[in-house]
Amino acid sequence: MSLATRSLPRTLGAHAVLLTYTVIALFPVILVIVNSFKSRAGIFGAPLTPPTPKTFDLVGYATVFGQGDFLHYFQNSLVVTVASLFFVLLFGAMAGFALSEYRFRGNTMMGLYLALGIMIPIRLGTVAILQLMVASGLVNTLTALILVYTAQGLPLAIFILSEFMKQVSDDLKNAGRIDGLSEYTIFFRLVLPLVRPSMATVAVFTMIPIWNDLWFPLILAPSEETKTVTLGAQLFLGQFVTNWNAILAALSLAILPVLILYVIFSRQLIRGITSGAVK
Amino acid sequence: MAAQTRPKKPIRWHIGVFLAPAVLVYTAIMILPLFGTLQLSLFRNIEQSQVFVGFSNFRTLFGDPNWSVNFWNALRNNVWFFIIHMLVQNPIGILLAALLSSPRLRFAAFYRTAIFVPTILSFVIVGFAWKLILSPIWGVAPHLLDFVGLKSFFTPWLGKEQYALTALSLVSVWQFVGIPMMLIYAALLSIPDEVIEAAECDGVTGMAQFWKIKLPLILPSIGIISILTFVGNFNAFDLIYTAQGALAGPNYSTDILGTFLYRAFFGFQLQVGDPNMGAAIATIMFLIILAGVCVYLFLVQTRLRRYQF
Repeated sequence: MSLATRSLPRTLGAHAVLLTYTVIALFPVILVIVNSFKSRAGIFGAPLTPPTPKTFDLVGYATVFGQGDFLHYFQNSLVVTVASLFFVLLFGAMAGFALSEYRFRGNTMMGLYLALGIMIPIRLGTVAILQLMVASGLVNTLTALILVYTAQGLPLAIFILSEFMKQVSDDLKNAGRIDGLSEYTIFFRLVLPLVRPSMATVAVFTMIPIWNDLWFPLILAPSEETKTVTLGAQLFLGQFVTNWNAILAALSLAILPVLILYVIFSRQLIRGITSGAVK
Repeated sequence: MAAQTRPKKPIRWHIGVFLAPAVLVYTAIMILPLFGTLQLSLFRNIEQSQVFVGFSNFRTLFGDPNWSVNFWNALRNNVWFFIIHMLVQNPIGILLAALLSSPRLRFAAFYRTAIFVPTILSFVIVGFAWKLILSPIWGVAPHLLDFVGLKSFFTPWLGKEQYALTALSLVSVWQFVGIPMMLIYAALLSIPDEVIEAAECDGVTGMAQFWKIKLPLILPSIGIISILTFVGNFNAFDLIYTAQGALAGPNYSTDILGTFLYRAFFGFQLQVGDPNMGAAIATIMFLIILAGVCVYLFLVQTRLRRYQF
């Protein structure tokens, strides 16, 4: 690189813009978390200062844990997300392998058919999905959500995974065949371990929209038993509009697990995006 | 390829086994309900049974003022929602990506991670957090504006008909700016150094280099973020629902197709839910999104020149 692209004012300018935007991006999140640890007087009196011994108060968290059954909602979200993720990854990898490995009649058509769902959102079929779930008695069960999210996540998973599986060396697979391995063993023992990094990328992409979805829990599983954390938070927030301590505490509780997971996996996620997984 | 190296078998069952689970779930839960919904829009529930009524639901949707006023309002709002995203979100995303990709920038990983944080949060959090911040009761927004001497500029944006939709669009922009940023950033990183070095030898640097060399090379990615924004916006629901409720207040000024579909399908307050009208609205949304995707696939994508390095 020549020196021209690294002049000092230019670098300072870039940092100024990026820093400004970072502040804009993080400010609301930090504001909510900081204020959730304050008393009501602290929240309204000095919203922009961190909690002092005088304004520190956990009354909001006490209300949240006393009122909403958040632990249960949290468990529901976890079950739905993990189960959907498992099926998306397993079925997606299997279909991706079939599409990338074998030449058979209708291969391209099948690929296009499965890719349709990347562009057309599954929400548009909600009316008939609800009817289907009513008819099969799955309304207000977590199974309904798992099925819908599996279908929702599959198209992108198949698309990305089949791209990656094309890169697995043919020699390796053929060596396996000469050694008498079945196609299933080749897939599970040779190919799957090699595409593990791209599976992680797909996992992160699949997980975020499932965990955050409000539409399907609201429509397919709104009962107390099956509420997810997103729906539970939404209803809780609606009930406690005037109790600012409780609202800020509930928001912080909803933010923190996602934020922690993100900090742990952000490297993976960003590498996934920038390695051309979704180009 | 496998088929050529091995003796031909009559039926290769394993292909079916590998494909079956994905195809079954995808077809049963996604494709069939999608077509089921399109079909339902042509039926009407008369005396407890579904009767075929042709395009009568659509005639109601466009002809009956009870429906058409709300429909056109929602569509207009949705278009404005999309325009704001295209004019604000994508340029900001491109700018941030261009800055991030400058060579040997320090803290690039930190900026990248931090700016992407809002994108991973759920709409419920984002909607409520901004509702609190913009609330005149809390006073954070006027307080902050006071710092830059713009306190008189503050009004309760979310409560005013003329500002609410724009304010919410900007909240949505705030949330999703990370996506165009990441995709453009990835595209910029994939431009080979030789191209940039050649440009520098010819004396093309700085801004001119971005406009003349890099921008043409990332046009395909800009096409992709545009169509992703389009599909996402015409399918949006959660943010409006969390921030303004299903009635998309004040006075329907933030109503978009997603919230309109929800009210038609489930009913709200005095209005009774109507699955067939819901299906009709979903069909219109499907056609809008399909049209957008077709324009992208056939008009935009085929005309963009792609460069292979």
